[in-house]
Amino acid sequence: MKPIKKKTVKNQFEIKLPSRSVNEGFARASVAAFAAQCDPTVEVISELKTAVSEAVTNAVVHAYPDGIGLIHIKCRLYDDNSIAVSVRDSGVGIEDIQKAREPLYTSGSEDRAGMGFTVMEALSDRITVRSRPQRGTTVTIFKKLSGRNNGQKH
Amino acid sequence: MNKSLEYYHGEDELLIYVTGEIDHHSCDGLRLATDELINRFTPEKTVLDFRDVTFCDSSGIAFILGRYKLVTALGKSVSVINIPPQPYKIFTLAAVNKIVSLSPLKIPSRK
Repeated sequence: MKPIKKKTVKNQFEIKLPSRSVNEGFARASVAAFAAQCDPTVEVISELKTAVSEAVTNAVVHAYPDGIGLIHIKCRLYDDNSIAVSVRDSGVGIEDIQKAREPLYTSGSEDRAGMGFTVMEALSDRITVRSRPQRGTTVTIFKKLSGRNNGQKH
Repeated sequence: MNKSLEYYHGEDELLIYVTGEIDHHSCDGLRLATDELINRFTPEKTVLDFRDVTFCDSSGIAFILGRYKLVTALGKSVSVINIPPQPYKIFTLAAVNKIVSLSPLKIPSRK
């Protein structure tokens, strides 16, 4: 049986921000700035930044319908130069995760494209979504930042 | 919250320079400002020049499609030009190019 190699975290950071839309730019920029230490290509950093923007925007738009709550962003950089970015809120949660991930589906207003998860998935290696109604949601984005394939999917 | 936009109104064409980041936070102000111009001039062709757009996420997709809806209802057209690589990638991902005329920013190739 092939031994499973456990990845070591070589660096990490965490921030907590109120779910105000004005914080979306800062949140994605903070992750991009942190990921820069791996010296990824401009394209890879752009992809990560966009994926994070979608996840943070989802939390800002949907998590706390009655006001403002906290969004926790945690970044872990592994020894293989891959990154895991988790965006967590303790808000309303997602009732039907599968439906939420459908392209063009939105529970938001008419001005929302419903493409957040689609874009997130296309620009990352893998995402996970964990949610409990009224207990919150955590979306985690996994992406290789450099290496043999230079962060590309195939 | 309205964004101030540089624009040129010619014969039948309204050219609007869209700048900065297009995300959930900025898109309301951007939407109000572009719609004000489009409704004011009702040009045959609206051209959105994206050369100074530094970032764009799926809110930008909604922005483009929303402007398309608006001009189409007026019997007019809209196109987007000089789109930098990052926004262009998002738009092609969502197949916006199948609905709205999009053209990328021409960057001179490396030697």
